[in-house]
Amino acid sequence: MNKFKVGGLASIAAAVALLAATAAQAADTIKVGVLHSLSGTMAISETTLKDTVLMLIEEQNKKGGILGKKLEAVVVDPASNWPLFAEKAEQLLVKDKVSVVFGCWTSVSRKSVLPVFEKNNGLLFYPVQYEGEESSKNVFYTGAAPNQQAIPAVDYLMNDVGVKRWVLAGTDYVYPRTTNKILEAYLKAKGVKSEDIMINYTPFGHSDWQRIVADIKKFGSAGKKTGVVSTINGDANVPFYKELGNQKISAEDIPVVAFSVGEEELSGIDTKPLVGHLAAWNYFMSVDTPANAEFIKKWRAFIKNNKRVTNDPMEAHVIGFNMWVKAVEKAKTTDVNKVIDTMVGIEVPNLTGGVAKMLPNHHLTKPVLIGEVRADGQFDTVWQTQGLVPGDAWSDFLPGSKDIEADWVTLKCGNYNTKTKKCSGQNYE
Amino acid sequence: MRISQNPGTALIAGDRGTQLFLALLLTVGVAAPIMHLAFPEDSALHLSTYTMTLLGKYMTYALLAIAVDLVWGYCGILSLGHAAFFALGGYAMGMYLMRQIGTRGVYGDPVLPDFMVFLNWKALPWFWHGFDLFWFTAAMIILVPGLLALAFGWLAFRSRVTGVYLSIITQALTYALMLAFFRNDMGFGGNNGLTDFKEILGADINAPATRVALFVASAMALGLGYLCCRYLVLSRAGRVVQAIRDAESRTRFIGYRVETYKLWVFAFSAVLAGIAGALYVPQVGIINPSEFQPINSIEVVIWVAVGGRGTLYGAVAGALIVNYAKTYFTAAIPELWLYALGAMFVIVTLFLPGGVVGLADRFSLRRRDARTVTA
Amino acid sequence: MQAVPGTRPGPRFVPPSGLGWLVLVLMMGMLWRPAAAAETPSFEQALSGLATSNFKEKERAVGDVIAVRHANTRVVLNALLEGNLYYRKSDRRVFIGTAQDANLQLQDPVTLSPAGTTEPSEYSKITTNNQLRKTLKSALASFDLADADPQVRLAAVSEMLRSLDADGVSILRAREGTEPDEAVREAIRTGLAIADLDGEDAAIRLAAVEHLKGSLNPEVFNRLTAIVTPTDAGSYAEPDEKVRSAARVALASIERWRSLFGTLETLFFGMSLGSVLVLSAIGLAITFGVMGVINMAHGELMMLGAYTTYVVQLLMPQHIGASVLVAIPVAFVVAGGVGVAIERGIVRFLYGRPLETLLATFGVSLVLQQLVRDIFTANNRPVETPQWMAGSLQVNEALSITYNRLYVVLFMVIVFVILQLVLKRTSLGLKVRAVAQNRAMAKSMGVRTEWVDALTFGLGSGIAGVAGVALSQLTNVGPNLGQSYIIDSFMVVVFGGVGNLWGTLIGGMSLGVVNQVLEPYAGAVLAKILVLIALILFIQRRPRGLFPQKGRAAEG
Repeated sequence: MNKFKVGGLASIAAAVALLAATAAQAADTIKVGVLHSLSGTMAISETTLKDTVLMLIEEQNKKGGILGKKLEAVVVDPASNWPLFAEKAEQLLVKDKVSVVFGCWTSVSRKSVLPVFEKNNGLLFYPVQYEGEESSKNVFYTGAAPNQQAIPAVDYLMNDVGVKRWVLAGTDYVYPRTTNKILEAYLKAKGVKSEDIMINYTPFGHSDWQRIVADIKKFGSAGKKTGVVSTINGDANVPFYKELGNQKISAEDIPVVAFSVGEEELSGIDTKPLVGHLAAWNYFMSVDTPANAEFIKKWRAFIKNNKRVTNDPMEAHVIGFNMWVKAVEKAKTTDVNKVIDTMVGIEVPNLTGGVAKMLPNHHLTKPVLIGEVRADGQFDTVWQTQGLVPGDAWSDFLPGSKDIEADWVTLKCGNYNTKTKKCSGQNYE
Repeated sequence: MRISQNPGTALIAGDRGTQLFLALLLTVGVAAPIMHLAFPEDSALHLSTYTMTLLGKYMTYALLAIAVDLVWGYCGILSLGHAAFFALGGYAMGMYLMRQIGTRGVYGDPVLPDFMVFLNWKALPWFWHGFDLFWFTAAMIILVPGLLALAFGWLAFRSRVTGVYLSIITQALTYALMLAFFRNDMGFGGNNGLTDFKEILGADINAPATRVALFVASAMALGLGYLCCRYLVLSRAGRVVQAIRDAESRTRFIGYRVETYKLWVFAFSAVLAGIAGALYVPQVGIINPSEFQPINSIEVVIWVAVGGRGTLYGAVAGALIVNYAKTYFTAAIPELWLYALGAMFVIVTLFLPGGVVGLADRFSLRRRDARTVTA
Repeated sequence: MQAVPGTRPGPRFVPPSGLGWLVLVLMMGMLWRPAAAAETPSFEQALSGLATSNFKEKERAVGDVIAVRHANTRVVLNALLEGNLYYRKSDRRVFIGTAQDANLQLQDPVTLSPAGTTEPSEYSKITTNNQLRKTLKSALASFDLADADPQVRLAAVSEMLRSLDADGVSILRAREGTEPDEAVREAIRTGLAIADLDGEDAAIRLAAVEHLKGSLNPEVFNRLTAIVTPTDAGSYAEPDEKVRSAARVALASIERWRSLFGTLETLFFGMSLGSVLVLSAIGLAITFGVMGVINMAHGELMMLGAYTTYVVQLLMPQHIGASVLVAIPVAFVVAGGVGVAIERGIVRFLYGRPLETLLATFGVSLVLQQLVRDIFTANNRPVETPQWMAGSLQVNEALSITYNRLYVVLFMVIVFVILQLVLKRTSLGLKVRAVAQNRAMAKSMGVRTEWVDALTFGLGSGIAGVAGVALSQLTNVGPNLGQSYIIDSFMVVVFGGVGNLWGTLIGGMSLGVVNQVLEPYAGAVLAKILVLIALILFIQRRPRGLFPQKGRAAEG
């Protein structure tokens, strides 16, 4: 057993050494952490975002980096495993000492790393549309809050399509639950009766949609124009749309507006059954602006694939990255506290011809676009908000959060209760 | 492994693997906190919070591996659902930690956890009561996995569900629990699970001292759990259990109540898994339903197989090796990681039926040209 | 105008009278001309109105195009619907354009003469949205009412019924007299009867109710329900008691039929879900049931079958319809080949140690998953549904059966029958059964057990590949495809009883049906949890499944 002893000791010692060692490295680069799953179920969506950040870094380095220093990407793989997200975040902040992290997709991954970022005073840019109800000093939310996606989409269906009866269908997790709670309250405030709202939740990766689609069909045959608001996530969408198509529910009869179906997802689907269905985003690849055309060209050159698509969370990373660069240059340091203070008020052009501005609640101003799916997997913009919509961290339509406000400039608080005049959460005293 | 007649003295004395394991555990358990607390951050000997938390996490995994080795290696029950007990223990602890947040949640509600507030829950569900008290939680960490294992085992072993069938229904158990915990209506936070913990037993959960305490607690739990298992397998009952593994019908015909032995070993193992889960949650900071995934349970079995089943310390070695490989490979070569893991399973089952420990044994045997050893 | 089914209120929509005019004129042989004709713009003017990106303006322009009733109206509307209408950015002139390679071939919409080929960048496509397409389809349908093919006419009537207004009613009324085809006439009559429910005369309304008695059209159900339901004040929208009681009688019979067909529908849903379960489990029933090998890579073999379908479609993009049929044997060979390789390379060293096969094949499953990730990327791959598998079989207006599900049920039956024949009627099957029952005995009788093992494993794996072809038509084709089915497959095999194909069939079917029966009450997730719990309890009662193996083979 001597061999074992030696081998076991050696391997454990090596493990400890390796874990502790890799931290010290030359300091003449600025390190940028990339925290996106490269394996596991979320790899499908997140790998693209990792590549986006790498492209942005490469581009910035071609321009000479920031403050005379080159950027260096530190890529880790949290493998779609939520506790691993926290572990890798800690590794980035404590061991690699990165100046900023671009990362996360799912809400649960963000919730998992949140305490780590707050404890170590890190800086995270989160690029995906989410349910809101959060504002942390250390996080900048470059995706849409519910009022920048869900509510305008419902307005469109109500006013322009004339929908009177609503199906809120979602995957059973926090984003659909919260979004549907907000929408339900919003619809009721607009005079929609409860019997005209049908809410349905399915598990992740649900594939047997026969019953639910049949129910939607029945619900929609009651003589009033019916629309489906879908927060169905990821892999469950393909069988859902296939079943809709096969049960002959066309977009003209019962339009489905989705918040999680973008160009990237459509590129893996036979789009025939989806044509005419809707999606609400803040960016479409088909938007015809010079900035967008240039971005698509650069992306395709970087990824060496002339067919690759772009999507909304990618734009969010582009905006977030450019904002961070601008803030660092303005603050003349990568020091997290100074960058956070400088970030608010920074404006950078978005890819659809407008300007994104960082608000005191760490959310962005965004345009809202509604598009219809085309046969080639792209969207035709059929409606668009007049101006930019400021992101609202705390929904006005939820009883728990309507009195809460986030303001990191004057109030210095992410969840200030305007009634009790108290700050809870991160800055709890 | 020679089995001495007196379990008391044989507990440590009879087995070099055990000695080695306990020595290592003691070294790491003492050295790591000292390296963390005593040396300044820029010192080469300093151990970061990150590393220590990681080690603490591995120890809870090791405890889970021991629990699986106890039922699989010694009793022949291949449970493909042990991660369920681990997760249940974790959820019990998570509920306690949630209740400790108090008014520091984002909504400032003194009783309801945040996820209940924004989902419009009016009152705390009945099964959340009591979890604000640590003693109650501690009892639940033991009782919930233990009673579930007793109930499940009583049904299964009584009707002599064995072998593959048992493995499959343990998998069904954890799968059903996963689906259930994913449901937001269950009141366990759905997919997001429980997170954003603030303090444990009045101490800031992110403070270095708390981290050290959790680490030491994990090390002690691992050591104690190991010794309990070792005592069990060396005892009279333990030998009956091993007899059941080797020839269940024969043991039954001799007159032992096979079901009873199996049931208690299974329940004890589930309790160990629950304790491991309870220590795991405050260190990683989150518990969510993906811990119930059937694949997690299979992975634990793999740890045990890689380390070498039926030795206890082999399970510990396996848990450490596989997890360290995972941490290392997912950082170094994410694309090749699954190939490496997959190949490891195949190679271990084909060429290393005794696992790494068995390999080590073989080497030392060859060198010493010793007599046959029964494992 | 009364609230007519499907019409969306609000000013955004095409003025219905515009559509009416056109149709009336065309269909009724120019009986009268609208007085407002002088105000309608010219065809060119109406066309130029389309050159905008604002959908409200476009809808107005479409209304104008319909209203001017130019000889080319139909051509233009059709081009717009197909996405072949463009305008020149410089002067906003509208052209019909067809994409030719990178260029655009233009046609003048007024003269229909060719207008040259050009670079598309100076032109902008006139896009449509759902509302616009619905208007266009409805307008085009009114042209089709005079088509020679009764099928086209029937479709046109249904299209018009989707949004029927007063003008549409008069067109249909005119058509009713001249329509030669009985089915089309019946469809028209139903539509007219629904419209008659709003008639002034109680006798007409009563006749309409009588006419609608047997109809399962959901609109009929809604209208009749509205008749018998009192308003909040306790009064009825329908003043005549006789009409109301006739409606009650009609409703009662409609409801009986609807609930009957509802049950049939649930049964079919259950059977189709069950078929998917059986298909995915039946390969496992062979490797696990007959050979005692727990093949955790079974799901990945299905995944390979699904990817094979994708590759076959890539190789024959012109023949999507046949591609799925071609993919079946190819997938069998691919998955079967991989299966034989797994058996020769790994499993054969582990016979008699089922739990070890579990671990080793689990490793194989990880490798296979990563392999397809590296070859096909982590993204899902689009597998097209052939035309013959899309859509549904409309049994009647209350019951329709989707073709893809129907084919999956049929496919499952065929696979099952073939498998039974192979096992019961061929010499390979005989040897497989012999080895399964008593390996040593079979060997001493001269059966080459190694060879039989490899082929059996290959057969089970090949069937998994074939199941993958079916799954590619129902769900995502991605690296995680296998994982989502593996647990269900094991449940089915264990529930049915290991080593018994009939058990797998009945097990899978009953799990599918029970799941679908529970789903409306408990919801999708809870239904599944309940089924799992029921399964766990069932195994306690019958530890060896529904159809346990008997005799010696049962030991071990």
